[in-house]
Amino acid sequence: MNGHDATLIGNGAAVQNLHGSQQTAPTPRPTPNGAPRQASMARHRRFDAVQGAALVAAGLVVLPLITVLWSLTGPYGQTLTHLVDTILGEVLLNTLLMCLLVGLGTLVLGVGTAWLVAACRFPGSRQFEWLLILPLAMPSYIIGYAYMDLMAFAGPLQTAIRTTFGVSRGEYWFPPLSGVTGASVMFTLVLYPYVYLLARGAFVEQSACIVDAARALGARPFEAFRRISLPMARPAIAAGVALALMETLADFGMVQYFGVLTFTTVIFRTWFGMGDPVAAAQLASGLLIFVLALLLLEQRSRSQRRFSRTSRRARLFSPYQLSGWKAGLAFIACALPVTLGFLVPVAVFLQMQIKGGDAVLSEQFLTLARNSLLLAGLAAALITLVGALLAYALRVSQSPLTRGAVRFATLGYAMPGTIIAVGVLIPFGLFDNGLDTLMRTTFGISTGLLLSGSLAAVMLAYLVRFLAVATHSVSSGYARIGANLDDAARLLGAGPTEVVRRIHRPLLSRSLLTAAALVFVDVMKELPATLIVRPFNFDTLAVRVYNFASDERLMQASTSALCIVAVGLIPVILLSHSLRNEEGGPAPV
Amino acid sequence: MMISANRRQFLAAGAGFGALLAAPAIVRAQTDKVVNLYTARHYGTDDAFYSAFKAKTGISVNRVEAGADALIQRIAAEGANSPVDVLITVDAGNLERARARALFQPFNSEAIRARVPAHLRDPDDNWFGFTTRARVIFYHKDRVKPEQLSSYEDLANPKWKGRLLIRSSSNVYNQSLTGSVLAARGEAATEAWARGISANLARPPRGGDTDQFRAVFAGEGDLAVANTYYLGNLIQENKAEDRALIEKIGVFFPNQADRGTHMNLSGAGMARNARNREAAAQFLDYLASDQAQRHFAETNSEYPVVSSVPAPARVATWGSFKQDQLNAATFARNNASALQIMDRAGWK
Repeated sequence: MNGHDATLIGNGAAVQNLHGSQQTAPTPRPTPNGAPRQASMARHRRFDAVQGAALVAAGLVVLPLITVLWSLTGPYGQTLTHLVDTILGEVLLNTLLMCLLVGLGTLVLGVGTAWLVAACRFPGSRQFEWLLILPLAMPSYIIGYAYMDLMAFAGPLQTAIRTTFGVSRGEYWFPPLSGVTGASVMFTLVLYPYVYLLARGAFVEQSACIVDAARALGARPFEAFRRISLPMARPAIAAGVALALMETLADFGMVQYFGVLTFTTVIFRTWFGMGDPVAAAQLASGLLIFVLALLLLEQRSRSQRRFSRTSRRARLFSPYQLSGWKAGLAFIACALPVTLGFLVPVAVFLQMQIKGGDAVLSEQFLTLARNSLLLAGLAAALITLVGALLAYALRVSQSPLTRGAVRFATLGYAMPGTIIAVGVLIPFGLFDNGLDTLMRTTFGISTGLLLSGSLAAVMLAYLVRFLAVATHSVSSGYARIGANLDDAARLLGAGPTEVVRRIHRPLLSRSLLTAAALVFVDVMKELPATLIVRPFNFDTLAVRVYNFASDERLMQASTSALCIVAVGLIPVILLSHSLRNEEGGPAPV
Repeated sequence: MMISANRRQFLAAGAGFGALLAAPAIVRAQTDKVVNLYTARHYGTDDAFYSAFKAKTGISVNRVEAGADALIQRIAAEGANSPVDVLITVDAGNLERARARALFQPFNSEAIRARVPAHLRDPDDNWFGFTTRARVIFYHKDRVKPEQLSSYEDLANPKWKGRLLIRSSSNVYNQSLTGSVLAARGEAATEAWARGISANLARPPRGGDTDQFRAVFAGEGDLAVANTYYLGNLIQENKAEDRALIEKIGVFFPNQADRGTHMNLSGAGMARNARNREAAAQFLDYLASDQAQRHFAETNSEYPVVSSVPAPARVATWGSFKQDQLNAATFARNNASALQIMDRAGWK
């Protein structure tokens, strides 16, 4: 029953379980003939090497974030005073409201659908298991464009209502798609799969015994859900909602298009409009601290609770068979998010593509697709590797420095890509120019810019932005591997490398796959960091969508948009495939 | 479904990363016959323009397209070793900011000085505008008579309550427009004006320029403020479903009785540490050439800055008009104050 879990994060969940395991793991047990001392020393060296590597990786990722935070050392200009006097209050309110709505929305949609497909059987319930993941492939800015086109006053739906019923403006009601509510609905539709994936994994994993016990004690289905399943799945659900909210906070494209003043919009108004990058970085630092506080708060609030699993071979509790209107309702509840989050926007863009899209098979288009695939593939490999390293460091290290660095290194997921891009540009520029000066004065050779403007810079930007996805994904996989397994392997004479190679890697394969798949999809969708840091003449599908869309030529943008969704579907389908297989497969531990 | 990598794959990945690290050095190695561009223009049609430049001069154009502010940060971070030769923006404010941060060097071109009007050039030749865009009033011909319209100032008149469409104050075109009102009327009057605009809106600001006049055609409001080239491009695309809109939407050039219609510009300058200085100079001259001017006018419906090149027919039918000759540097400086005024006035 590995793997669904598949998924991401499990931020606190993983960490908690690791805490539990550490009580036993790092303490060498005495064995006859004095071996333990040697083993212990070897282990310490090993830990130091891992710790060192993790610190280097975390340090690299933290560098751009530090660059942003550096702004807090001042000076504090008049811009901030102006913002406090005018719009900041409303902006904070909007941001909080949006977080609340997206949080609630993804919670209800994600947990609700996860419970339905995990605990109930109704027509289509097996298919929905993977259909419900599809909106993950849809970039939020793309769904925003699609719905704005569809639902605007000048759009096809409202025009049809006006011509069919002969009514004009103000004489009929139509759900307004704008402002905080509209943007929140859009975010919810594409972000609920994070919660769904995690919650479903947690539900499926819960031991049948405990749910059956609840039922035997007379709990009705909903009560068993509310009092047993939900609290036990809480760490996973919280992690999913946290991811969704971090994505929401980082978005700029959609809130800008929807005309919503959020914290991100203000950061960019301050920078672009008022020409004050320092104040913008100070605001971004505020956002960073806010997210950190939220994560710590959430972690604290459940630090007392521990839901360790006693048995890994948990039998799936027998699902509720739904029929009649209940089955119908369940079907609708699952069909709605798939339709609104995936089918409708795809249909809108398909229709645009047919009317006046780009030429798909042009050489230029193939280059774009190739570049996107290259970036996404490289990033998936690199970020999964670093994520696995940090997750391993969290497992074996108790040093507060390492743990703190890893925690901090994953905050980039809540930062707008543009801010991260600048955070990458500045240290790389300093390094390149410093090295160049050094080489010129000592050897008379100019090294020029080595890292700035290279794909390495793009990769670092992605690493900062998406490390959270990989680290948390692998961590949640680690949480399922008991520390006793490591100890047993060590007692049988395996070195730490062998433990990683022969125990961890096979057992983590699904978590690694999930991490790679999610990073791949995220990079396919990523725009601002790519735009700013990339080398010359390096366009991607997302860049093309942006170019056409910002020039307000949506029809031409539709082709690349569909292509992003199509390519993003590949890992999503892989993921769902592994979800479907795992139920029949042998339990890994 | 296992992730396994053997040693060969690992070596290949390592070699790949090495190649990536070396990529900028490779670009830099070919120093002659290229010009390196950081550009905030993002029009697909500009590809043809770069090809034409290459065909004429043999110089190939390398480019990075992104937002101007981000590009300015990038140039500053890259410092003395920055590969950029020419920076292009779509707004005068950003040119002015790049100049203030000493990222430009004077281009000293007689041709540009002779062909581009003085108010579209930096007095010290750090940058010049090579196309202009007019921000005008679009109106529905059935519901508004052009005689009812006069100026940007008039749009704040309560008679337009619930009838006006304009996008968010986050948009740079609106910041520059407000900056031009600020230059003409002063701070207090501009704030009152922004308050009036905000009060007259038919809906909270959202969407792009095209969305505004589409909404006017659909009946959500009667007037929209937007740049002309968006309508010009719609006419050029000539789609069946847009014909009725093109028929019904009129273009009005405001403030003909006083300072003229607000114009923003797309401009360029030579980077301070340009290595391909000769190629960059040729590129800048080319931007002001008849051929280039015709290209921007034909493909993106922008107004040429050179008097020898006429606007394309679809643009010319809106008529000739008086342009606000406010120096670009002035309203560039005004952008920040303009945005603060809009914040205070509640223009979202």
